[in-house]
Amino acid sequence: MDRKFALKMMNITKEFPGVKALENVNLKVKKGEVHALCGENGAGKSTLMKILSGVYPFGSYIGEIFINDREVQFLDIKASQEAGVAIIYQELALVPEMTVAENIFLGSDLMRSGIISWEKLYAESQKWLDMTGLDIDPQMKLGDLTVGKQQLVEITKALTKNADILILDEPTSALTESEAEVLFSILARLKERNVTCIYISHKLDEVLKIADSVTVLRDGQTVSTDPISNLTENDIVSKMVGRELTEFYPFEERPFGNEIFRVNNYSFYENETQEELVANVSFNLRKGEILGVSGLMGAGRTELFISLFGGYNGKKTGEVYLENELISINKPADSIKHGIAYVSEDRKRYGLVPEMNIIKNTTLASLDKVKKNRLLDADMELEKAEEYAKKMNLKSHSLEAFMSQLSGGNQQKVVLSKWLLTNPKVLILDEPTRGIDVGAKFEIYKVIVELAKEGVGIVLISSELPEVLGMSDRVMVMSEGRITGELPRTKATQEEIMKLATIGSDI
Amino acid sequence: MTTNNENKKTKESKISFKFNAQSYALIIALVLIAVLFAVLTGGEFLSSRNLSNLFTQMTVISVLAIGMTFVIVTAHIDLSVGSLAGLTGGIAGILHVWYDWNTGIVVLAAVMVGALLGLFQGWWVAYRAVPAFIVTLGGMLIFRGILVGITGGQTIAPMDQSFRSIAGSYLPFSLGYILAVSGIILLFFFTIRRRARRRELQLQLPSPFMDFGKISLYAVGILLVTYILSRYQGIPLPLIIVVVLGGIFIFVSSKTAFGRSIYAIGGNKEAAALSGINIKRNTFLVFGLMGALAGIAGIILTSRLNAATTGAGDMYELDAIAACVIGGTSLAGGRGYIVGSIIGALIMVSIDNGMSMMNIPTFWQYIVKGSILIVAVWVDIASKNKTSASVA
Ligand SMILES: Nc1ncnc2c1ncn2[C@@H]1O[C@H](COP(=O)(O)OP(=O)(O)OP(=O)(O)O)[C@@H](O)[C@H]1O
Ligand SMILES: [Mg+2]
Repeated sequence: MDRKFALKMMNITKEFPGVKALENVNLKVKKGEVHALCGENGAGKSTLMKILSGVYPFGSYIGEIFINDREVQFLDIKASQEAGVAIIYQELALVPEMTVAENIFLGSDLMRSGIISWEKLYAESQKWLDMTGLDIDPQMKLGDLTVGKQQLVEITKALTKNADILILDEPTSALTESEAEVLFSILARLKERNVTCIYISHKLDEVLKIADSVTVLRDGQTVSTDPISNLTENDIVSKMVGRELTEFYPFEERPFGNEIFRVNNYSFYENETQEELVANVSFNLRKGEILGVSGLMGAGRTELFISLFGGYNGKKTGEVYLENELISINKPADSIKHGIAYVSEDRKRYGLVPEMNIIKNTTLASLDKVKKNRLLDADMELEKAEEYAKKMNLKSHSLEAFMSQLSGGNQQKVVLSKWLLTNPKVLILDEPTRGIDVGAKFEIYKVIVELAKEGVGIVLISSELPEVLGMSDRVMVMSEGRITGELPRTKATQEEIMKLATIGSDI
Repeated sequence: MTTNNENKKTKESKISFKFNAQSYALIIALVLIAVLFAVLTGGEFLSSRNLSNLFTQMTVISVLAIGMTFVIVTAHIDLSVGSLAGLTGGIAGILHVWYDWNTGIVVLAAVMVGALLGLFQGWWVAYRAVPAFIVTLGGMLIFRGILVGITGGQTIAPMDQSFRSIAGSYLPFSLGYILAVSGIILLFFFTIRRRARRRELQLQLPSPFMDFGKISLYAVGILLVTYILSRYQGIPLPLIIVVVLGGIFIFVSSKTAFGRSIYAIGGNKEAAALSGINIKRNTFLVFGLMGALAGIAGIILTSRLNAATTGAGDMYELDAIAACVIGGTSLAGGRGYIVGSIIGALIMVSIDNGMSMMNIPTFWQYIVKGSILIVAVWVDIASKNKTSASVA
């Protein structure tokens, strides 16, 4: 037997009621390598890792797992931790009300031994934070950190467990570029200590940069495992989707109509502190135009558009025009009535109702559209949900599945369906492709272009520069709550955007 | 949408078993309790007279539990319903006995007062952001205080015949059987139609065995209860009130935008708000509805006791909340079933009734009911943890 494998998962099959999520999957990971796991949304990546980490206990799946050539059978998460497996989930699993230090050592002996020594707790946390190169005060409340920083805290937490095998499920989807760099340097250090990493990501450029080998899953089956040196980005993509994908952005030149949305001298103030989050912003949008909005995290893009949409309490000044008419928006219902839709970047918090199925989530913002004789009509609801599920290429065993039974990317598609169903004139998309695989991204871009062709004005907020550059007719750049510049498609480049994005900030 | 057809077929029976195991659990619990008390009381518990009594007793808690389901679904709580039922019942007594108002107007007045006081609490919760726990804890004291104040601590009695007949009349035997049989026919009709509909829409179908097995059980239950009740005096009117109210609320929860909205609010408030749902107004209305139901409960209570007392409805909030939780309503919000809550109410009242029949001292009843509440909530949370682990 080959002794170099830190982990072997052999012939793993896992079924959920109505779906076979994994079928005879094999994963072999060498000691000390960074092993990327790629595949479309719903391919079974997260499920495979949940089996490895004991979330789905031994007995609920078929197959064998070997760690350092010894067979293991985890009955719960704790058992896998004791065997040296640590996992960082796609969705955060921290306590926002606690301090950073408490979160790092939650459940460890430091927090469990009767009386907690706070000095020791803070000192220990500081040590680990230094090691990962994170500049965070361990006494801060976790909830006060950006989502990216929280993610890095979670990674730090996993490290304190002295894991031999560290699983990262889409760790960078909420990280800024510089935070992602911090993560990569952590991974490099781990490699020196011979820690094995399994890395799930839809960002293939990252995979190419940091992985040593790649396993691709498709529809719950292993397609291949190759060393990275044998692969190009296109190879991985075609293995994932099962065909050649040559085009990434289905952008088309198209004529624009009249101005549909205009914002003049708009400012927005935080409700309690009165801090100016959005300062004197003016911009316009024409029918059929795709306006990209770029900027670093914290540039005020989300604040600008959620407050415009009516989703925040707080003072607003300035004017908003829809089709040349001054409108006033105080709450989301006003926006929806006017035909403005906002797709949030945080689908778990602002997008989905977990206790509801796909159908009900889809119709939630357009209940008026599925009524007959003033009553909700189940057939109409189903019809609409089905129509959009098809349009979005949603993968689920049933439209009555709950959100928790969908993979991350498919959840995102449900949120998009919900907002498309409102039939918007102005569609604001905040990071619409976060956590979505390349194939599905392409589908979503196609939908965006189709909508634009039909005359919908589209705002595309995105932290991924290639996406902004590939899809926008015009790029608006924000920094520190202000608009620092606008570039037409022909003039927009990564360098220009980064220059504008860092105006006034200290990076 | 890709559907894996072969998988679906093989899985069908398994899923339906799981779903039904859940809904059967309640019925099984109910049957166990009935058998237990029947044995302990030498059959007396299941006598016609006692069952008739039991179904009348259960109505007040059921009516409260129906409203409480909506309150808990929005992730709130209402601790004032016992006091409010007491107060509205007291007001009804005063208007009826002291001022000679006629029964119809008294009923209307009590429901209105209940609704208004409910809205008052809802206003504090929704528009002033005071936690419902605090507002209704305050309300519990305030309403009880008002009740003692306006009655001067006296018991108000007696009601006249028309008022007493609200809780004290029975359907004629023939009408009772006609209603029971039409109820059963409707049950089968709806089930068949739902199955046809689901087949047409290609949604997953529970196996016919399970589906029809369940409603057959219901049918047998309905007939049996009707038979037993007929051997005494017939189906009590308040039971019909509960069935009608239950039907209305089931309809509201599944067929109206308001109903959908409150489930969304409890399931994810922020997502609901961004979807254009008016959180405040809907919350406000839910408390208003709860108040109106407390008014109805108050009327039934006063009618049944043939008196308005200052202690009426004391601690009923506990029974109502426990009924909801036993029936599968989640305290975290977003999930709740009216039918479950009504069965939950029946369970709670059976325990009360059974223990009284066995002459178990009242203090034991408190201890047992308190424990049941804790265990029921624990079961809810434990099952939640299990599912969320697989969500992670
Ligand atoms: N608890 C569950 N119940 C039923 N089906 C589930 C459950 N969890 C996952 N699935 C299904 O299993 C399949 C694999 O899901 P998984 O979450 O592993 O995908 P993934 O590869 O991680 O996708 P993504 O990139 O979108 O995160 C999907 O079809 C999903 O719908
Ligand atoms: Mg996943």
